[in-house]
Amino acid sequence: MRTVYLDHAATTPVHPKVLEAMLPYFSGKFGNPSNLHDIGREAKNAVEEARAKTAALVGAAPGEIYFTSSGAESNNFALKGLAQANSQKGKHIIVSQIEHFSILHPAKTLEKSGFTVTYLPTDKEGLVNPDDVAKAITKDTILVSVMHANNEIGTIEPIEAISKITREKGILFHTDAVASTGWIPVNVETLGVDALSFSGHQFYGPKGAAALFVRKGVRIKPQIEGGIQEDGRRAGTENVPALVGLGKAAELAAAEVGNRMRYTSQLRDKLQKGLQDRIEDMVINGHPVSRLPHNLNVSFWYVEGESMLLFLNMEGISVSSGSACTSRSLKSSHVLTCIGTDAAVANGTLLMTLGMGNSAEDIDYVIEKLPPIVQRLREMSPLYEDMMKKKAAAR
Amino acid sequence: MEQYSSKVMDHFAHPHNVGEIENADGVGTVGNPVCGDVMRLYIKVENNIITDAKFKTFGCGAAIATSSMVTDLVKGKTIDEALKVSNAAVAEALGGLPKVKMHCSVLAEEALKSALDDYYKKKGVASPVKMPAESGHEHDME
Repeated sequence: MRTVYLDHAATTPVHPKVLEAMLPYFSGKFGNPSNLHDIGREAKNAVEEARAKTAALVGAAPGEIYFTSSGAESNNFALKGLAQANSQKGKHIIVSQIEHFSILHPAKTLEKSGFTVTYLPTDKEGLVNPDDVAKAITKDTILVSVMHANNEIGTIEPIEAISKITREKGILFHTDAVASTGWIPVNVETLGVDALSFSGHQFYGPKGAAALFVRKGVRIKPQIEGGIQEDGRRAGTENVPALVGLGKAAELAAAEVGNRMRYTSQLRDKLQKGLQDRIEDMVINGHPVSRLPHNLNVSFWYVEGESMLLFLNMEGISVSSGSACTSRSLKSSHVLTCIGTDAAVANGTLLMTLGMGNSAEDIDYVIEKLPPIVQRLREMSPLYEDMMKKKAAAR
Repeated sequence: MEQYSSKVMDHFAHPHNVGEIENADGVGTVGNPVCGDVMRLYIKVENNIITDAKFKTFGCGAAIATSSMVTDLVKGKTIDEALKVSNAAVAEALGGLPKVKMHCSVLAEEALKSALDDYYKKKGVASPVKMPAESGHEHDME
């Protein structure tokens, strides 16, 4: 059976060149970068080389990159660290409602310790309006965090327009670029941000290696204390092989990003059109143009996401579902809720994210397999039955 | 999330008793599309015995599997016996359900009770059906 992996937003496979770069650092070059002997210096050099490559991917200086263990850690570090280090200037923070939970939950935690947070809505396509940011700013505002691209619906936010506002007002601006880095150009200068999170396993690097860019001169409070690593801002012995892998993945991404955009968007458009031609009553979520090239988030009326996911899995196709039933909380996606997706259809959502390993034949296979699954589930659905009866009665 | 048992996967992939019963003696619809599951259960009753049961379900793998199992369980049972079919019995017959999916078995019990309630109403007899109080999960909107 063909296997088609359409869940690159969950994670990507480690690129063979990345794996090759990592392997010597597990047992051969095993040193601790904090040690002064040759074995330690060998590891230190590898980490610093990785830092330079990682920095280059986002147009930063190596000294502005702090390695972390995950995108979630980078986001926690940014939100809490920037808020806490700058709280003497004010205690108001602005974030969007469609941020990842690794921004929203720290924001809630900060609220409990005396900060106030404004949660900005988006439009129906998931865009934050820069005017809303400007209006939300008060004398007390110290930090704005709006994601570069949304991990579910793929909408790319107007970061440059927002950073113009924050710079004018002298307010710090962080962006979560975990979903976008490696798939579209990400440059801290062009974006005009003071801090930016990204994670290696999103772009063919290993899990457990991520980074936070913090602009030179910006104060940030460490969240993990007790060591000199990362310039004293993030304690803990470095995960050397993973960081070497992140560096290599960053190097590859910098060279290939244009190709990745072209390749995946072309396949994504083919998939979208193929499904639209064959399935009625389906909704494409996110912005039609300002969207990640490899993202397709689609809701199907009268069917539930997990059921589709399980049937697709039986055909060798891996996707994610935005349905209430696949989340522990039994709530539908906060992102779909924010963009105003009807709660009933939100439960019939699939998130398909493409990658360089997908072929045109893979997409043909999905276009062949998904429509009958949707139809089968619809024939089993009381909601579909009611709709068909209503249609018949109206005739 | 915990994995589904092979029995759940079997009933999900090949559900029994899918469909409608025309002129059913009892029909019950429970659940809410917002929460992700809606079950509709049809029963045919002859001489106080459930001779046929069918369902239509909008929901996750567990919702479809519990619908399939509850219809299997009540077929051939008397009304009194069917009234005693509990969510725990449905879950147990499926080889257990992940904790977060137990509400699907509650929904299956509710769908059955609702169909039985409808049966009594159609007959014009006072219904002895007590709907389960616990609906499985809270819907706090964040």
